[in-house]
Amino acid sequence: MLRFIARRLLQLIPILFGLSVLLFIWLRSLPGGPGRALLGERATPEAIEAINDQLGLNDSLLVQYGRFLGRVVQFNFGTSIQTGRPVTTEFLQRFPGTIELTAFAILFAVVIGIPLGYLAARRHGGALDSAAVVASLLGVTIPVFFLAYLLRFYFSVELNVFPGSGRQDVRIDATHPTGFFVLDGLLTREFDAALDAFAHLVLPGIALGTIPLAIIVRITRASVLDVVNEDYVRTAESKGLAASTIRRRHILRNAMLPVATTIGLQTGLLLSGAVLTETVFAFGGVGSFLADSIFARDYAVLQGFILILAVVYVLVNLLVDISYGLIDPRVRVR
Amino acid sequence: MSVDLGKSLGKEPASQPGKGLGPDLGKKDRIDRLAALTATGPDEAGVSLTRDAFRRLRRNPVAIFGAFLVLIFVFVAVFAPWLAPKDPKTLYLIAEVRPNNIPGSQAGFPLGVDNLGRDELSRLILGSQQSLLIGIVSTLMGLTAGMALGILAGGLGGRVDTVVMRFVDIMLSIPGLLMAITVALLLGFNPFSIMVAIAVTQIPIFARLLRGSMLAQRNSDYAVASRCLGVPASKIIFGHVLPNSVSPVIVQATLSLATAIIEAAALSFLGLGNADRSIPEWGSMLADAQDFLTVRPELAFYPCICIVIAALGFTLLGESLREALDPKFRR
Repeated sequence: MLRFIARRLLQLIPILFGLSVLLFIWLRSLPGGPGRALLGERATPEAIEAINDQLGLNDSLLVQYGRFLGRVVQFNFGTSIQTGRPVTTEFLQRFPGTIELTAFAILFAVVIGIPLGYLAARRHGGALDSAAVVASLLGVTIPVFFLAYLLRFYFSVELNVFPGSGRQDVRIDATHPTGFFVLDGLLTREFDAALDAFAHLVLPGIALGTIPLAIIVRITRASVLDVVNEDYVRTAESKGLAASTIRRRHILRNAMLPVATTIGLQTGLLLSGAVLTETVFAFGGVGSFLADSIFARDYAVLQGFILILAVVYVLVNLLVDISYGLIDPRVRVR
Repeated sequence: MSVDLGKSLGKEPASQPGKGLGPDLGKKDRIDRLAALTATGPDEAGVSLTRDAFRRLRRNPVAIFGAFLVLIFVFVAVFAPWLAPKDPKTLYLIAEVRPNNIPGSQAGFPLGVDNLGRDELSRLILGSQQSLLIGIVSTLMGLTAGMALGILAGGLGGRVDTVVMRFVDIMLSIPGLLMAITVALLLGFNPFSIMVAIAVTQIPIFARLLRGSMLAQRNSDYAVASRCLGVPASKIIFGHVLPNSVSPVIVQATLSLATAIIEAAALSFLGLGNADRSIPEWGSMLADAQDFLTVRPELAFYPCICIVIAALGFTLLGESLREALDPKFRR
């Protein structure tokens, strides 16, 4: 197992190296260069020249790349021109919101998707199966922002059952020791604050969870269909095992392996890619701040956020791989 | 219809037991598996594969419906200047627009006007041009670059393959939307930068797909036979292996058109598109409508529906194309 993890970690090195080179090139070629990115849009040419000197932009590219790596390792990405605070601070303040939203979306997708995919496969060719297949095809085709708008309009603007923007009602004055609003409410025993924060997750969570839901239905269905026709399932049936035992120990146990990977990969994708949904719902997580920064031309934030999110994505995928080795002993042998 | 759909979905990656159980059921492997699935067997006798595929495509109602949607979309985009009843940039009813009231459907303005009093229908019709243009150009760019990398890796193999694929894997390891935002920011705020941004996210997919399918063909009997006969490598690659490997790439290109249209809308929704917001574009129309969701939600729904129709057409066409080209379903 340790060797497996070590091998995966080694494979990470070229990816991280490539990523850092790409972002280094990007930093260097942005309008105004790093000097402007650090000082902001309104800096005078003299000030930029001074900081360029100070940053040693006349040194060789290799030296500069080394220094860039040094800064990145220390999470130093400059300051946001929108708020005047360090990019890292802005990120850490907003990331818990995105994590909460992702958790809700993935839970939504898993709780509905796995039973639906399983039932569709067991009633293969039936009405439920066809409906599930068509719905999952639509689910991956519909742009996420369309769904976000529909949900926000009907359930927030028209019916007013769920809040349609932000992470918590502005009138609630809750303390946030961890930054996870739902968790904070529970920890500080302000249960109405927790409930309100949870209600704010519902609509964006459903919008964000729909694509993973469609994919999980497809994968579960295909995977259960495969496993059901395996010899060991027929053996289990012929030796008279109870249907529930076969379902639990033989079908689900094996069919869930590819589903687990899908869930992991989708989690990584949502953590890094909730930009559109968060923007529609003005959610206040990492994604909506990223979108705001595009409009504000806040390059320091864009660079920092994109680099951190890409690394998060790569690391989540690594964790998925490793956990997969834990779930399925066959993987380690290969 | 639903049974046909079921078939095409039934052969998702996970439908190969054993092979599908690895931890890398990720993007990479899905692409490789797709390549292996759709790669065509060269020695199947009878009707030519293209003709056979076309025959089955015509019988598939899903394909007909997809083609119908695509045709409407292309027709509207090509003839947009003549189809649009009004000028999309003129602020006709600006005087009647209030913060709490945007004029709806009325004589001369079947879908009402937008937040600046411009004719919504004409803007939707002309917006199709941007979507089609960005979709086609970006897919062509992604296809060309991706195929070049794929031919390099799959045709030459060995060390070239390793280097190229490492590079492609790095590109795949960055989430698509972040990659697109990065590239679009780098190139500035214009439609061209969106095209390049979307193309860049498609390059690794095409490259991996073509490489996988070429590797599968490289060691097939006819390729080995040509090699033994002393046919030059370049002739084997371009004359034999490549033509037999492109069908998964064609399928992917059709599906990519749908993705490109959605992504183009997403990028301009995020404010990365054309800096001149008076040019009608579905994504930026959507972004503008966001502030008026309580006043006139239709302004957000119209462009959304257009995007869905265009994307759904290409998706249905692509899915049925994949099914039609799949040798497993050949009769």
